[in-house]
Amino acid sequence: MSLPPESSQLPLLSARGLAFTRNDEPVFGPLDFVVAAGEALLVQGGNGAGKTTLLRVLAGLLRADAGEVEIDGRKARPDLRARAIAYLGHLPALKADLGALENLEFLCGLHGRRARQLPGDAMGMVGLSGHEDTLARQLSAGQKKRLSLARLWLSPAPLWLLDEPYANLDLDGINLVNRMISAHLREGGAALVTTHGAYAAPPVQTRMLVLERQV
Amino acid sequence: MSGPSLLQAGKALMVRDLRLLWRRRGDAFQPALFALLVVVLFALALGGEPQALAKVASAVMWVAILLAGLLSLDTLFRGDAEDGSLEQWILAPVPLAWLVAVRVLGHWLTTALPLILATPLLAELLHLPHDQLPVLLASLALGTPLLSLLGAVVAALTVGMRRSGILVALLALPLYVPVLIFGAGSVARSAEGLDAVGALLYLGAGLVLTLVLAPLAAAAAIRIALH
Repeated sequence: MSLPPESSQLPLLSARGLAFTRNDEPVFGPLDFVVAAGEALLVQGGNGAGKTTLLRVLAGLLRADAGEVEIDGRKARPDLRARAIAYLGHLPALKADLGALENLEFLCGLHGRRARQLPGDAMGMVGLSGHEDTLARQLSAGQKKRLSLARLWLSPAPLWLLDEPYANLDLDGINLVNRMISAHLREGGAALVTTHGAYAAPPVQTRMLVLERQV
Repeated sequence: MSGPSLLQAGKALMVRDLRLLWRRRGDAFQPALFALLVVVLFALALGGEPQALAKVASAVMWVAILLAGLLSLDTLFRGDAEDGSLEQWILAPVPLAWLVAVRVLGHWLTTALPLILATPLLAELLHLPHDQLPVLLASLALGTPLLSLLGAVVAALTVGMRRSGILVALLALPLYVPVLIFGAGSVARSAEGLDAVGALLYLGAGLVLTLVLAPLAAAAAIRIALH
């Protein structure tokens, strides 16, 4: 599905005139932007500027009021979105009574897994080796975030939508996120990253999208 | 790359649910204990008089199992909604309706099936005439999956609310009544010496219809609830 960057002329994700309103109040938009393979789009804005809403609209959890989204030059129908997008939201989607590895195995079963990538190895990569059997309820917020990052790493989807990926992470974790984004982009993926601007951006080719709170 | 097949995703969900059930096995027994309690209390309240019990035995069994299912309905999607799992279900490359169907199957296997297996024992407690037992079992085997599927639609409709308690019961009641009428009715007809097959066929037809429509309706309701 994910084409190598040199052969893909079309942007991985493009949005035209994308707008969303809640209770007749505009949340964002209309927005126009493109993200090509090998690029990251940093979505910046203060609290309540609509960063999370934008990502949820792109993921397909919310329906836009206007505008079009295209993935790989094709209209983003739900099945295409499901295969092309991996979404990291505020809720970790972990079952408190299951072990870390059990949670990861379930999410891999649900979303599919990249060839030659194993859940156990991914846990080691995000710095959770030794916590395979720890119940999710006993993990700290930062460790839960790392487990979600492992899920993301295993996902075969080329487009990452990361909502505040740096939140709750220590300095080492922030570096981990940047390393993961860099590696993902090198393999021809793309990432949308929301941040309120207080963290170091990954050292990759980035575009910026600044959202402002609509009155 | 390729996404997971329907079977892979379904298996992953079923394994997860069974593991969760095992971790919380204390809670898992609740519906079965509730049904047992209702049956025992009925037997005691009617004074252990075999004739009086035999008359109402099948109806009591049906009501006890129906209420036990209702009790566990609210937990069907609520936990998954609160920890964000439902978001990931929606974003998964398999249809949401399929995941809902697997979840409901898991719910039926763990709440209704043990009760159906225990029915011969409970029926003995209520002095159910032995010739009615096969009809009762058949009606439960067809009726309880129907209840689980209808209940899933109701649970999905109320999943967006913080607490739904009484609303689930109020919404489920009108949907459950026809199932109860045909289910308990089939046993009553066979007790009168009439043919119970008609009522059982209605249950079977209802089951086929809900098997197709309920997961789709519940999936649509979940999407709306999470908006």
